[in-house]
Amino acid sequence: MPVAAWPALAAVAIGAGLAAALLLVHHKAAVLAVLAVGAALLVVAQRTRAGERAAASAAAHPRLVPVAVAACGLGLVMLLREDNFALLMLCTVALQTLAALGLHLQFGYAGVANFAGAAFLGVGAYTAAVLGGHLPSVLVLVTGAGLAALAGLLLALPLLRTRGHYAALITIAFGLLLRTFLEVNDTLGGPQGLKVPGFTLGGLAFNDAIVFDEDTEWSFYVPYAVLALALLGATHVLVRRLERSWIGLALDAVRVDETAAAAFGVNGGAWKIAAFCVGNALCGLAGALLAMVTGFVAPPSFAFGDSLVLVSIVILGGIGNPLGLLPAAFLVVVLPEKLQGLQEYRFLLFAVLVILVLRLRPGGLLPRRLRRWPGLP
Amino acid sequence: MLEVSGLTVRFGGLTALDGLQLRAAAGELLGLIGPNGSGKTTFFNALTGFVPVSGGQVRFDGKDITGAAPRRVAACGIARTFQRLRLLSELSVFDNLMLGLHLDLPHGPWVNLFARRRLAAAVRERAAEARELLAVFSPALAGRLAEPLRALPMIDRRRVEICRALVRAPRLLLLDEPSAGMTPDETAALMDDLHAVKARRPGTAVILIEHDMAVIERVSDRCLVLDYGRRLCEGSFAAVSRDPEVRRAYLGEA
Repeated sequence: MPVAAWPALAAVAIGAGLAAALLLVHHKAAVLAVLAVGAALLVVAQRTRAGERAAASAAAHPRLVPVAVAACGLGLVMLLREDNFALLMLCTVALQTLAALGLHLQFGYAGVANFAGAAFLGVGAYTAAVLGGHLPSVLVLVTGAGLAALAGLLLALPLLRTRGHYAALITIAFGLLLRTFLEVNDTLGGPQGLKVPGFTLGGLAFNDAIVFDEDTEWSFYVPYAVLALALLGATHVLVRRLERSWIGLALDAVRVDETAAAAFGVNGGAWKIAAFCVGNALCGLAGALLAMVTGFVAPPSFAFGDSLVLVSIVILGGIGNPLGLLPAAFLVVVLPEKLQGLQEYRFLLFAVLVILVLRLRPGGLLPRRLRRWPGLP
Repeated sequence: MLEVSGLTVRFGGLTALDGLQLRAAAGELLGLIGPNGSGKTTFFNALTGFVPVSGGQVRFDGKDITGAAPRRVAACGIARTFQRLRLLSELSVFDNLMLGLHLDLPHGPWVNLFARRRLAAAVRERAAEARELLAVFSPALAGRLAEPLRALPMIDRRRVEICRALVRAPRLLLLDEPSAGMTPDETAALMDDLHAVKARRPGTAVILIEHDMAVIERVSDRCLVLDYGRRLCEGSFAAVSRDPEVRRAYLGEA
């Protein structure tokens, strides 16, 4: 019997609705109400196994669901087309999720903890600041990703010679070093930072508002949001495919038991480094575009705390399940902006959230499932 | 096929293997026995590159693989199981079996990320092979390919571990105490499995570490007794079990 498409479509619609609501509401009470609805839906989905039905339905309609997601994404952008602030938040959420996808590939699959996500974001961002205007924007993004991967390669040797906590410490040290370097380096603007030229594509400058006539004017964040969501969508599909392939299996084997993996010929070191580089490239890509969106880079945006934000997105979302990253990023990025007064205490909030998740739902908001192989039922 | 001469492994002042001599021929099942701490598992670990070799030589099919890294040993066609199961318990049975096939699988980005139809066809083919292999051990297990490994009972986990070592059709199979932690019934079933292994891969040499003498008696072609890292004696199980040296080592007689 064919599996119906509606559970998956309903899940997509509910997700988009919650996202829109969270971005649109302003009152504290309304924000909390949206959160409560979201939490209630999560509990209901778990109790009634609706989540599993939606997942099965999504698996049965591999073409329809991505189209629905894209439509919802575009719809969300159109809904917010005149709201600068909401669109900026949407861009930030999408790009933080993109960076978190990188971390998730490193930590969730290969088991390499990276506490320097913001540093690699920074490599991409400063690349955009230095090269922007000199190279076509698309090339700037690619270079930002490439340089972030290269910077990560510096850590390859120390990472291979350490394990667990010690490897994590190395990434922390790298993040602190990079930030200090940015602060004292005058050609990179020192503590004041640098301006970043906007994204241009075939004569379309993304930083100009889109004016139709006197009454209709779309925010200049509209094309950025579309681009960020498109990049996120494409990367998500690739990461999903990677997981459901021989590569994903090799990475899992390295994470779960490197000794057993080695006994069957898996080169654990090479796989870890490959995952680390690809993950950092995604951070660099996100950083480069984020810098173009905000138009400005400075060292404080790439501090250790920002790396921790990325890590908490991965833990909240569900280690090993890329789908959970988006709702987690929404919570982590949007909540402090919406609940004024919380901004100062945001790290406290994340800490409490992470502890609650680890205590009550160790698999994260959307825990990982067994690998669904292509070709197998 | 496998020729080990003078193999020595020292951990600091402790000599775990002391000039071990050992040969295994194609198609042979060699039982490796000896008291706890006599160096059986150390021999496996030294052979497969998990502990450094202090002296001696290991030749496999004429190639010197002394102290080779685990990856190179695996590439030569040597597969092993572990005394304490080392399965990927959070992954599926199929995933675990496919780890055994790692060296034969394509890992290029194109095949894995973009040629999804080809990948799906390959996965289907591998799954059919895996089912067939599992069915040799247990038809019920073959139907549980997609289940998480941790859902399986102990005996089936052992079977999966042995199958993982067998999927790539190794030339030498090292089994490290497969009956550990099993009930007598399960051990009996496992002995049938070992016969099935021999029947299915007649050219594969098997070295079996085992404490259960009934298992050794039933399945081994030849036995080698280790004591304090040295070969104590070698021969058929009947001959070895009568040997006074062996009795002294096992029972501690003066």
